[in-house]
Amino acid sequence: MRSVVPVLTVVAAIFAIWYLAAIWLNAAWAYDKATRSGEELGVVALVADTWSQEKPKLPAPHQVGVEIWDTTVEKKITSKRSLIYHSWITLSATLLGFALGTGLGIALAVGIVYNRTMDMSVMPWVIASQTIPILAIAPMIIVVLNAVGISGLLPKAMISMYLSFFPVVVGMVKGLRSPDAMQLDQMRTWNASPSQMFWRLRLPSSMPYLFTSLKIGMAASLVGAIVGELPTGAVAGLGARLLAGSYYGQTIQIWSALIMAAVLAAALVAIIGLLQRVTLRRMGMA
Amino acid sequence: MIEAQNLDLTFQTNDGPVHALKDVSLQIDKGEFVSFIGPSGCGKTTFLRCMADLEHPTGGEITVNGVSPEAARKSRAYGYVFQAAGLYPWRTIGGNIRLPLEIMGYSKADQSERVARVLELVELSGFEKKYPWQLSGGMQQRASIARALAFDADILLMDEPFGALDEIVRDHLNEQLLHLWARTQKTIAFVTHSIPEAVYLSTKIVVMSPRPGRITDVIESPLPKERPLDIRDSPEFLEVAHRVREGLRAGHLDD
Repeated sequence: MRSVVPVLTVVAAIFAIWYLAAIWLNAAWAYDKATRSGEELGVVALVADTWSQEKPKLPAPHQVGVEIWDTTVEKKITSKRSLIYHSWITLSATLLGFALGTGLGIALAVGIVYNRTMDMSVMPWVIASQTIPILAIAPMIIVVLNAVGISGLLPKAMISMYLSFFPVVVGMVKGLRSPDAMQLDQMRTWNASPSQMFWRLRLPSSMPYLFTSLKIGMAASLVGAIVGELPTGAVAGLGARLLAGSYYGQTIQIWSALIMAAVLAAALVAIIGLLQRVTLRRMGMA
Repeated sequence: MIEAQNLDLTFQTNDGPVHALKDVSLQIDKGEFVSFIGPSGCGKTTFLRCMADLEHPTGGEITVNGVSPEAARKSRAYGYVFQAAGLYPWRTIGGNIRLPLEIMGYSKADQSERVARVLELVELSGFEKKYPWQLSGGMQQRASIARALAFDADILLMDEPFGALDEIVRDHLNEQLLHLWARTQKTIAFVTHSIPEAVYLSTKIVVMSPRPGRITDVIESPLPKERPLDIRDSPEFLEVAHRVREGLRAGHLDD
């Protein structure tokens, strides 16, 4: 409860800066309109205009709020104009990509920890994969997968996976190697098999690292799904909303999609955070 | 039980070879309680790790139960207690003791029976469902001893198990350990750097010195098997302690 005041203060500051920036950025257009219609623009009229333009350079917070309200609460979920519908399209690709990326990441990490050849060879490729701009490689993935007859959800999920497996590999390699020399020696004295060592020691020890990686991976997954919608001419999804908004100069629509994406990411990361708290507390590691 | 003949172990480091053990010969008989004492770097822990097949000697012979340390480890001939309790935080005390039993493939019923028995042995009955963080350091170390006792190993290797505990807890655990040894008839090899602890516990005290790690004296204790804590004030005890101290000092003369 003590954090309420500081949080509200920061939020208020953000809104204040946002409103002031809206006046500053949208003033030129307001003066333009006034000059053409031969009107004199007072301060009050100027502010009122900059906060209510149809295609502002920077929409005011309440305009974005109204747009979000109209496209979520006021629209049926099945409507093509419903932001919830578009969010769901992106969310499904995000979750599938996240699951695939987590699976791939853990598999690679196990390989790196247990196989010397993979230990020496895989990591540079994993890092190299992340230096390629995702915007450059996303269309290639879509085109190649389409050529082999895969379309729809999976290509987008693949791009999500491409971004989200990386933090999981890095975190899990560190996590699976976190048992100290004494714990490994102890397992040796019991003549434990490699698989017993994995399931009973390495995997449980890696949990704190896994959850941290999953949080980053989840956010990256969402970015991947949105980016995956951009170059494909997708008609649905938050990425498609962003694209359509930019075609028609609908800045309010862009901002509402952006806010929606941010809320979605925050919610997904919060869910993992909750799982982390519950799991680690139950494991006596928090 | 454990026999070492002219054991050598040299570590290759960037500063040249380090002779951790040089020409170490020793025999430990069944049912003995043998302490290894010496300053750090004297190779006492390394020697114990050789018995456990956690280090590999570069020369000489060592057998455990008449076979190589590796064969002994694979047949689970010994229990090893480390300096830190090393209990898994995600397992209860019972779960931690069950861990080696699960690995060794004991049946569920047998596991429960053994867990109850060793918990009683280290006076931790009733703590089976507790988590390690709910126990004091001394209790955690007792749980780790219970874990090493849970399977049928005749040998108990202990590497400064009470090194991190305070004097009062340590006295208590030493007393308990002697009772436990009397009840279980195990052969115990015990590394320590405390003279009173070594003299109080052992039937045989092995004094070691560093650079190169070697045995400088082996003392057969004249103390009786039955040892109340106040035996430490008896003349026999003080005499043995004196001889250990002399042995440790002799090892340092050539420094």
